[in-house]
Amino acid sequence: MTLLKRIAPQLVALALLVALVTVFYPDFLKIGISGDRLVGPMIDVLKRGAPVALLAVGMTLVIATRGIDLSVGTTMAICGAVAAWAVAGGWGLVPALLLALAAGALAGLWNGLLVAVVGIQPFVATLILMTMGRGIAQLITEGRILTFTDAGFAFFGSGSLLGLPVPAWLWLACGLGMAALMRRTALGLLVESIGINRRASALAGVNATVLLIAVYVVSGLCAALAGIVVTADIRGADANNAGLWLELDAILAVVIGGNSLLGGRFSIIASLLGALIIQTIDTGILLAGFPSEYNLVIKAGLVLVILVLQSPRIAAEWRLWRDSHRASREAALQRGAAK
Amino acid sequence: MLLTIRSLTKTFPGTKALDAVDFDLAAGEVHALLGENGAGKSTLIKCLTGAYRRDGGTITLDGAQIDPQSTVEAQEQGIGTVYQEVNLLPNLTVAQNLMFGREPRRWGLIDSRALRAEARETLRPYGLDIDVDRDLGSYSVAIQQIVAIARAVALSGKVLILDEPTASLDAAEVRMVFDVVRGLRERGLGIVFVSHFLDQVFDLTDRVTVLRNGRKIVTERTAELDRVKLIEHMLGRALEHEVAGQAARTAAARPSLLEFRGFGRRGVVEPFDLTVGQGEVVGLAGLLGSGRTESAEMMFGVRPAQSGEASDAQSRLDLSSPRAAIAEGFGFVPEERKTDGIVAELSIRENIILGLQARRGWARPIPRAEQNRIADDYIKRLDIRTSGREKPIGELSGGNQQKAILARWLAMNPRFLILDEPTRGIDVGAHAEILRLIRELTQAGMSILLVSSEIDELVASADRVIVLRDRRHVAELDGPRVTGAEIMRAIAGGEVAA
Repeated sequence: MTLLKRIAPQLVALALLVALVTVFYPDFLKIGISGDRLVGPMIDVLKRGAPVALLAVGMTLVIATRGIDLSVGTTMAICGAVAAWAVAGGWGLVPALLLALAAGALAGLWNGLLVAVVGIQPFVATLILMTMGRGIAQLITEGRILTFTDAGFAFFGSGSLLGLPVPAWLWLACGLGMAALMRRTALGLLVESIGINRRASALAGVNATVLLIAVYVVSGLCAALAGIVVTADIRGADANNAGLWLELDAILAVVIGGNSLLGGRFSIIASLLGALIIQTIDTGILLAGFPSEYNLVIKAGLVLVILVLQSPRIAAEWRLWRDSHRASREAALQRGAAK
Repeated sequence: MLLTIRSLTKTFPGTKALDAVDFDLAAGEVHALLGENGAGKSTLIKCLTGAYRRDGGTITLDGAQIDPQSTVEAQEQGIGTVYQEVNLLPNLTVAQNLMFGREPRRWGLIDSRALRAEARETLRPYGLDIDVDRDLGSYSVAIQQIVAIARAVALSGKVLILDEPTASLDAAEVRMVFDVVRGLRERGLGIVFVSHFLDQVFDLTDRVTVLRNGRKIVTERTAELDRVKLIEHMLGRALEHEVAGQAARTAAARPSLLEFRGFGRRGVVEPFDLTVGQGEVVGLAGLLGSGRTESAEMMFGVRPAQSGEASDAQSRLDLSSPRAAIAEGFGFVPEERKTDGIVAELSIRENIILGLQARRGWARPIPRAEQNRIADDYIKRLDIRTSGREKPIGELSGGNQQKAILARWLAMNPRFLILDEPTRGIDVGAHAEILRLIRELTQAGMSILLVSSEIDELVASADRVIVLRDRRHVAELDGPRVTGAEIMRAIAGGEVAA
């Protein structure tokens, strides 16, 4: 119940958005079956939204600690390159995936150490890897697009399971699993507590330093998964374009999810809905047939509307309006009863 | 008089920071402004420098009434300020810092030759022979401080306010700055000197004004002032009148619980020895900046000790971090409740169980029913006034926040609880309840370190009182010697201590 109340604004925004897209493209909600898989624009949203949704899981935790991780886009490129390199080099699928995840964890560890131990501001600390990472990825791919033909690896990008695309399963499992881990253990509380007041939490015995590092490692692992999905989808590692600017979409997804950039209370589920909203906008604009040069402007406009509607100020105004409305209705009812 | 302040009043929501304060400053005088936390020193200075607008009263400078709206305006009218943290730009040169905002220009551009010449001219009276082209940051804090003074004097030239200028200087540097200040006094400036170091006050100043709780208590010539009297004025307690509420001190030998040997940290607290008995309340007394809080933080591993060791009957203790100290059965209620104590947006329940949960580890969450039980239990036991356990703790009053933080530690049942100013900024009712709680806890066998600036509180609660002065443990009072008079004598130090 409390969860439903928390994510209500995101659900409403998503529903309105879907309705809006359906006006321009009536087939948006149509789902068909092709062979053993479901097809349709909504299924496409679930699949294409995977990278941002995966990134948003880790980003939610980082932002909850009052941090930010700008390096996730380039970490995707690094991990994709590592996976493609290992698969193309004949290492086999499982070692390649583990290697990619290890690279993501290492990237997160680097960020976490800079933030939690060295004490650099998260924005600056992760900016270092953001700048450096694409270079590392290019070194791994030796500047070209590193292609491979391993069908097992490609499955993670374009395969399907029980009708749904594999990337959709991945972000659903990762997001819901992480949300459960946070709320079924004390991790959620401890992360929120160091995000609100790190010093007071440390004085109460919370291991703030280790927790802070762990959060960045999780963000790196999520970026690795996203990198695997993107690389598997195009059957090649593109160091220049994989995950380009996706860190910004991930941050946006977290913010649309109603999580404060000042840290503290967070909801992973709401961030996932934020990622879905962003992808619905992207796909919707494309399907509605607007000239492509309008895309970014329309996207920005819609995001602005959603954020304004969610702002505390508007929420306060709405409550005020609702209460006065309710009061006047009750007054009218009482007058009616008096007669 | 150079500067005359009459009936200066400043009110903040809920408190009267300054209540009709009078203050005079003569030309060629160094006038100390003293008082403990919340006395109104900084408010007075901020009203004087235009950082705050006063609510009432008059400020007369050189016979003319002034009403500065900003620090820039105050400077133009003749009042300059130098703060503890040098507020200049360390990556500009000395000359650029001195002339910042009033650079000599030629053809609209800065004339750097004239800039250097004027800067050297400005520094000449201070006997400071330094390269004005080097970055300010490459010089010692003392020299930066003198440059800041030179700039303030050059800009304003009548009144100079020194707000804790010596807090980060060593003895030789203090002498250097004091020579400069004496030189300015001879040139006829009026100087307001704010400091916590009493020796420096007696060394440098001509007169002393003591503020307490927003009121002026006294203004006297420094030479005629008795140290003990001064402490009395600052802490607000007359020696003649002893409090009734004395702790029933049992001189009986207690089993000792903890021992600290040669425990210290360079530049923070001189090494000290301390034994804490089972169920004993050890008080820590001293003025602000004497090392009270620093001692407490060192014992809890916030800033761990660099020398010495702590042990209990069985073994050596690891106090290298708060987590380590907690594992040894320590607890710590910090002085700064807002920044170090509460996690404001979390609920009262979450704040209370936070320490317990951190000790159990993240993988073993405390079941929600158990959390509710613990929270409700302490809300009732400590009488925390709230509409419910799920209310964010930041919305409670100071006293109730303090009780919730106490509850966090009591839930963990420590054997040694450090309370740093547990009654600061809370109402009278909560104050009495917390002192009563201290007694109950020690009866149950808990040992407590009570750090307090309120001598009455120490006399009422402590079995033994350690007195600190200038970051050193200077006296240990026990049994019948735990009286307000003895504590104040020890704080004042000097010849009186004998």
